[in-house]
Amino acid sequence: MKKFIFYAPIAAFFALAILLWRGLYLDPTELPSVLIDKPMPTFAMATLEGEPVGNADLPDSIFLLNVWGSYCLPCLVEHPTFMRLSEEGEIPVVGVNYRDRKPLALDWLDLNGDPFAYSILDEDGRFGIDLGVYGAPETFLVDSEGVIRYRHVGVLEENVWREVFLPAIAELRGVPAAPASR
Amino acid sequence: MIPELGQFSLILAFCLSILLGVMPLAGAASGNRLWMSMGRPLSAGLFVFLGICLFILGHAFVTDDFSVRVVAAQSNTLLPMQYKVTALWGGHEGSFLLWTFMLSGWILAVGMFSKSMPVEFVARVLGVLGLLSASYILFMLATSNPFDRMVPVPPADGADLNSALQDIGFIMHPPTLYMGYVGYSVVFAFAIAALLSGRLDAAWARWSRPWANVAWAILTIGIALGSWWAYYELGWGGWWAWDPVENPPLITWLFGTALIHSLAVTEKRRVFKSWTVLLAILAFAGSLLGTFITRSGLLTSVHAFASDPSRGVFILAILGVFVGGALLLYAIRAPLIKSEFGFGSLSREIFLLANNVILVVAAASVFLGTLFPMFYQALTGDLISIGPPYFNIIFVPLMILLVIFLGIGPISRWKKTSGTYLQQQLGKVAAASVLLGVALPLIVLLDISIPATIAVALAVWIVLGIGRDLLAKTANKPSRLQGLRSLTYGYYGMQGAHFGVAVMLVGVALTSYFSSERSILLQTGDTVELGKYEFQFAGSERLAGPNYNANRATVLVTRDGDAVADLYPELRVYLASGTPSTEMAIDPSLWRDLLVIPGEIRDNGAWTMTVYVKPFVRWIWLGAIIMALSATIAATDRRYRKLARVRKQAEDKAGEEVGQGDLQPVPGGGA
Repeated sequence: MKKFIFYAPIAAFFALAILLWRGLYLDPTELPSVLIDKPMPTFAMATLEGEPVGNADLPDSIFLLNVWGSYCLPCLVEHPTFMRLSEEGEIPVVGVNYRDRKPLALDWLDLNGDPFAYSILDEDGRFGIDLGVYGAPETFLVDSEGVIRYRHVGVLEENVWREVFLPAIAELRGVPAAPASR
Repeated sequence: MIPELGQFSLILAFCLSILLGVMPLAGAASGNRLWMSMGRPLSAGLFVFLGICLFILGHAFVTDDFSVRVVAAQSNTLLPMQYKVTALWGGHEGSFLLWTFMLSGWILAVGMFSKSMPVEFVARVLGVLGLLSASYILFMLATSNPFDRMVPVPPADGADLNSALQDIGFIMHPPTLYMGYVGYSVVFAFAIAALLSGRLDAAWARWSRPWANVAWAILTIGIALGSWWAYYELGWGGWWAWDPVENPPLITWLFGTALIHSLAVTEKRRVFKSWTVLLAILAFAGSLLGTFITRSGLLTSVHAFASDPSRGVFILAILGVFVGGALLLYAIRAPLIKSEFGFGSLSREIFLLANNVILVVAAASVFLGTLFPMFYQALTGDLISIGPPYFNIIFVPLMILLVIFLGIGPISRWKKTSGTYLQQQLGKVAAASVLLGVALPLIVLLDISIPATIAVALAVWIVLGIGRDLLAKTANKPSRLQGLRSLTYGYYGMQGAHFGVAVMLVGVALTSYFSSERSILLQTGDTVELGKYEFQFAGSERLAGPNYNANRATVLVTRDGDAVADLYPELRVYLASGTPSTEMAIDPSLWRDLLVIPGEIRDNGAWTMTVYVKPFVRWIWLGAIIMALSATIAATDRRYRKLARVRKQAEDKAGEEVGQGDLQPVPGGGA
């Protein structure tokens, strides 16, 4: 039945066209995360300073995981929030330096200040793929068990912190077992 | 009143394109020569009326007629004149009009340069292209009318052209890219005409080849211009980002590259026929898909025009009718095609088949990587992102493999090549490539890196292979010069394009692995050292541009105390929109680019700046230019102009060895 081979292209094309049509009605800016209420992916990476880092090195308390890059202008906008959080000791912040060049990332922290306990070096973006990152900046709220509870895409300014993150954290601390609302 | 004239001529163009889509095709089906002969005059009319549309829209931009919606959205009274003109294609509606106008230009060219082809065939080609333009114009009239008015009260001034688009790169990149994209419609129409007539022979391949070459050349330049523009205007000094909208042109280009090679085999050896037709359809599908992705808001990207599903559905319908219809026709007709010649397991056919398989796999992987996040969301509702690691992991090994075959292909023979012959021809070339691959980066850059070594070795492999082949092809002539002159344009085009690949390869590898950069806060007088260069921040000044205010820094670059360049990066604020923009400064040269990208100005007057040294980055675009020029040279091979005679000769002598005369088919010509 060699003849049917020639129908393969059109079959593939129509399958594709249906997916494309479905895709039209999706909003790519609406970003649920694949990983909500799932544990952090297992990783063994290095920090920007070159120290090895893995899941065991994550903070034991609730913490923020902030995806940033020196090329990312919005990261500069949310930067003061993270500086304040880290200076006032409100919550530990772990950085993920995403798809950046290492010397530029170190320079960026020198220039603007370093709010991170440490930054996981993700030069080629593979850890970002595991996390389902769409682009910097993004911030994940991770609970003390290492389970991802909330994901914020875009700039995290003070009002977002107050209106979104503080209630979510309160809920996590109040009823640790209940899943956080999206 | 004038914009309404534009609207009117757009409607007239629509009527003409319908006639063009119906009459010649009906004529070809019924054997009515009068109907068939209507193709050329109708295509001229279509060209004229779309030209009038474009002129009228341009007039609205130039005269600041803000009652026209697209002018109000994309232009501004303060905009310099050249950008008022180019603002025409700064948005969806105007750029689609330009796209359609270019299609009519291609149609006109097909009508003019097809005198030696059978009337029926030309009629079918023009008919298919007429249907395609009818669907494009209908799309404009239904969803994206460029002549829409702002009623009742037009704004006093326009919203301004996106500042990143106010640039020479934007003047050139979209028209060139569209021109290349649209060129594949012609190749597609040739394929459909051949399928319709049921005569899918070597003649069809020969007629298609110059068009496929020219479309490929223009697309190559279009993509290179986009890459160059991103490099210096978008401010991150990158030349390729695997952006979802950068990828479709690349997919089209990969299919197009496979196509020009496959057409060579089909013409010379009359094999791979159904495969070649499929490639022509796929290359066209890639170009439509690119339009679809950019204009439907399907994927988020820096390039995306405003999102609107109704447009997306319309383009998807066009895609469905033309590509779906073509594939259906293919499924019905392809099984009837017979390949006429067999070939050995070691032959030029096999190497070109390898080329095709690799290029198609590469195109398919880029396609999957681009759309996978969307598919994933469509199927699961979740969102993920696929970044450069995916593309690099798949793309780089494929290209390495491709280049290895690229070295062997031109030197191998049709039908059957002996292994010992290849070994004898290429053994020393291979050894020298490895040696120079290690040595050259060490000598030139005093640095070593395994990827760079591989890339340089591969480039040397290509270049020495070309030299070896030239020696072999001229060996039996009375003198080398005479030998060189007896080789055809097609042959030189092929080898030139391959040389362009080598140049680009060196650029890509060396700039990726040996670039260095620093970000730093500089007070006036401070210096930063990078490699052998010293960048000194000598001060800054305010200045007023035509439609922006700027802070301009002066950065003096020295090397060992000798002045190299004075660079003037700027931070601008555009007056009309209030958007800030960074203008990096570049000192370009063949061996390295020096870049200064301004960051921000601190309260104390210090600037943050990022400085880069990027070795060999110009070679990337130089390689693209060489490829495009070579393809153009191949397309002007004289045997395409003496079609009737050549066709006869090719049929008599198919399979014969290397060109002894200008009019005979030459193995590898233009491949």
